[in-house]
Amino acid sequence: MVDGTLGAVGAVPPAEVEDMELYHPKSWVTRYVFCQDAKVISIQYSLTALSIGLVALVLSWLMRLQLGFPSVFSFIDANAYYQFITMHGMIMVIYLLTAILLGGFGNYLIPLMVGARDMVFPYVNMLSYWVYLLAVLVLVASFFVPGGATGAGWTLYPPQAILSGTPGRDWGIILMLASLIIFIVGFTMGGLNYVVTVLQARTRGMTLMRMPLTVWGIFTASVMALLAFPALFVGAVMMLFDRVLGTSFFMPALVEMGQQLQYGGGSPILFQHLFWFFGHPEVYIVALPAFGIVSDLISTHARRNIFGYRMMVWAIVAIGALSFVVWAHHMYVSGMNPYFGFFFATTTLIIAIPTAIKVYNWVLTLWLGDIHLTVPMLFALGFIVTFISGGLTGLFLGNAVVDVPLSDTMFVVAHFHMVMGVAPILVIFGAIYHWYPKVTGRMLNEALGQLHFWITFLGAYAIFFPMHYLGLVGVPRRYHELGEAAFNTPSVGTLNAFITIVALIVGAAQLVFLFNLAWSLVRGKEAGGNPWKATTLEWQTPETPPAHGNWGKELPVVYRWAYDYSVPGAEEDFVPQNQPVVARAGAREGAPA
Amino acid sequence: MNKVQEAIVRPSGWRGIVADWSGDQRAFKNVSWGKAMMWIFLLSDTFIFGLFLLSYMTVRMSTIVPWPNPSEVFALTIGDRKMPLILIAIMTFILISSSGTMAMAVNFGYRRDRVKTAVLMLLTAALGATFVGMQAFEWTKLIVEGVRPWGNPWGAPQFGSSFFLITGFHGTHVSIGVIFLAIIARKVLRGDFDRERRGFFTSRKGNYEIVEIMGLYWHFVDLVWVFIFALFYLW
Ligand code: HEM
Ligand SMILES: [Cu+2]
Repeated sequence: MVDGTLGAVGAVPPAEVEDMELYHPKSWVTRYVFCQDAKVISIQYSLTALSIGLVALVLSWLMRLQLGFPSVFSFIDANAYYQFITMHGMIMVIYLLTAILLGGFGNYLIPLMVGARDMVFPYVNMLSYWVYLLAVLVLVASFFVPGGATGAGWTLYPPQAILSGTPGRDWGIILMLASLIIFIVGFTMGGLNYVVTVLQARTRGMTLMRMPLTVWGIFTASVMALLAFPALFVGAVMMLFDRVLGTSFFMPALVEMGQQLQYGGGSPILFQHLFWFFGHPEVYIVALPAFGIVSDLISTHARRNIFGYRMMVWAIVAIGALSFVVWAHHMYVSGMNPYFGFFFATTTLIIAIPTAIKVYNWVLTLWLGDIHLTVPMLFALGFIVTFISGGLTGLFLGNAVVDVPLSDTMFVVAHFHMVMGVAPILVIFGAIYHWYPKVTGRMLNEALGQLHFWITFLGAYAIFFPMHYLGLVGVPRRYHELGEAAFNTPSVGTLNAFITIVALIVGAAQLVFLFNLAWSLVRGKEAGGNPWKATTLEWQTPETPPAHGNWGKELPVVYRWAYDYSVPGAEEDFVPQNQPVVARAGAREGAPA
Repeated sequence: MNKVQEAIVRPSGWRGIVADWSGDQRAFKNVSWGKAMMWIFLLSDTFIFGLFLLSYMTVRMSTIVPWPNPSEVFALTIGDRKMPLILIAIMTFILISSSGTMAMAVNFGYRRDRVKTAVLMLLTAALGATFVGMQAFEWTKLIVEGVRPWGNPWGAPQFGSSFFLITGFHGTHVSIGVIFLAIIARKVLRGDFDRERRGFFTSRKGNYEIVEIMGLYWHFVDLVWVFIFALFYLW
């Protein structure tokens, strides 16, 4: 399809800006360490995020060991358990998922996919990574300070987050808040780059409506992050003041151990509003890039154009906008005015519409497609399935009346792990299997990939599906031990032990993946420039891996959208975006399309 | 390398905007990368200031202790007359004036008038520094009178907390602006932008446009002050 916006094929407007001036590294240090090339920055971001993600994975094992076999592991006492959940949740959501999807995939894919030589401000982009690394180091440091990491829960609700009963209230919480503030500063530097590159640095012929959905997803998520992180920033700064200076922004009058504290007059609910004004968009900051990437994986590996491209774009934008007006569905039990609950339940259910449109369009793209069950495709299909299961439970929780009894039970844990834990992680894996050949020039091992997929996918269901049941019978979340409560039936104990064993197996399966990453770097099959026969620009670079500056002397020129797969009559089953004329099977060379 | 050419004639008004957004290369035609980046940054920063102010209003309403009366707290005794808000009035006047000098600097920058641009930028920086200095004076005065982030002699402790938080955050913005004004003024004076001298870290050619980008930031910081003035001092 050559769409009409730019007129007939061949009529591409002339260049409006001069070619980008790049910083050319002069030494080893500026080439590989303090490097301004977005591709290197992307790898730095991804490796850092995966490393800290491994810490979060190990923490999840420790929590599961305690839940599955209570009191067997004496070093996991209640305090340690709280520290583990808090750090696990925060690391997974922010330092792994946000960082790898925007900093990792954004940096690699945006310039290549829109046909730019680099991000618009490579130096600021480089700073973004080093500030992110600092944030990670501050976070890790909090494990080693006196009193250990904070155990306030990843939501860090005051007043308990800074009261003396909570583990890590001495230093852990301070470092956590500091680390978040640093992360936001670093992200802003990167995020501005991603947004401006998409808006202002596309190549000739690349209209917004010809961009691959991956870019749309990452772009929208970056805009959202620039508007949502300020709320977390403000909340973190004010809580830091409350903790360090003794102000009372979030602290009401309190009696602790019979003693009246110095605090008084603040509003704990204010923090919840700030947190979730960030927190809900954050869910979509993680989800939208995943949506985009999965659309491209499905289209490429099913050799079929994406169904309803325009609808997909508008759905991404609509979800992004709506997600700023639903935040208080996390606060149904906080004692809000019930009319608020009504409003937020309505907006929440409205978001289901564009989301459902996306799911239907993925399924319709697969319909009658020539599905290649490659590893990236398996992960993409796995995503659709887990996302549907997680999304459906979201409809339950979005309704205030249904949420009240389910709130703070394992049902919620099951819901958000399916929808924003497992689903985006599956896409990240799929994306790594898909783009690794471009990054390294070698394919990841297929057999190991299949093994990794099946264990992870089935394992994720075995872990999180039973949790719905646990939640329905009343098992609360964030409990170190269940004790003799009425809901603690023998089946609960058996299920918990089962979940723990599967979680350990799934965790171990990730070692297969890490081994594959390292092994294939040296031993993998040579990939060539375009192993998946994909249409998007990153596969059309003159060199693989792409050189500094991405393209040779000339920037590519774009003539069509990103989804010309199986074009009827065409010689090959895909037409790259930068190819002006469709070669007809049997037609003479260069005939007009 | 691609030759840069004038873009094809574009329709005006709404149709122009639609045409730009459905076209290739740039969504905002004639907006450079640097300016686009500053605008988007300022949008994000607006959210930060906006949320700080909203939070201040929320705690002001949630606290049950009466709020100190700003026109008494922020009064100076000059001679033997008590002048409410006099210092803030002067500070506001100075900051708004600095927006004027900044605008003139931008104008001379586009005429490539090295000396006038640099002098006006330095004047802007000096006005900014005076503002920060007067703010330091105000902070000192209040601290001497016993205002602390966690309490004050007159009423709700949230008064001091919000005051130091919000004016401190804004003052930091002004101070950063002053530093960058000085740095860029030095580059202007040295002729970096006439000679298109390359940046040390970026190896990009210098350009007078940076004066305008600096101007966007400076006007934004002034505009934010107007809101702080209205919501904190006048309410
Ligand atoms: C192997 C995979 C994982 C396992 C076994 C796992 C397990 C757990 C467990 C046992 C809890 C604590 C439940 C409780 O006691 O309340 C938890 C909490 C949490 N997890 Fe995971 N998790 C995994 C992956 C992820 C991922 C990928 C994310 C990314 C979104 C994530 C985000 C969270 C969050 C936000 C919490 C809530 C923390 C809190 O209550 O403060 N988890 N997880
Ligand atoms: Cu939400």
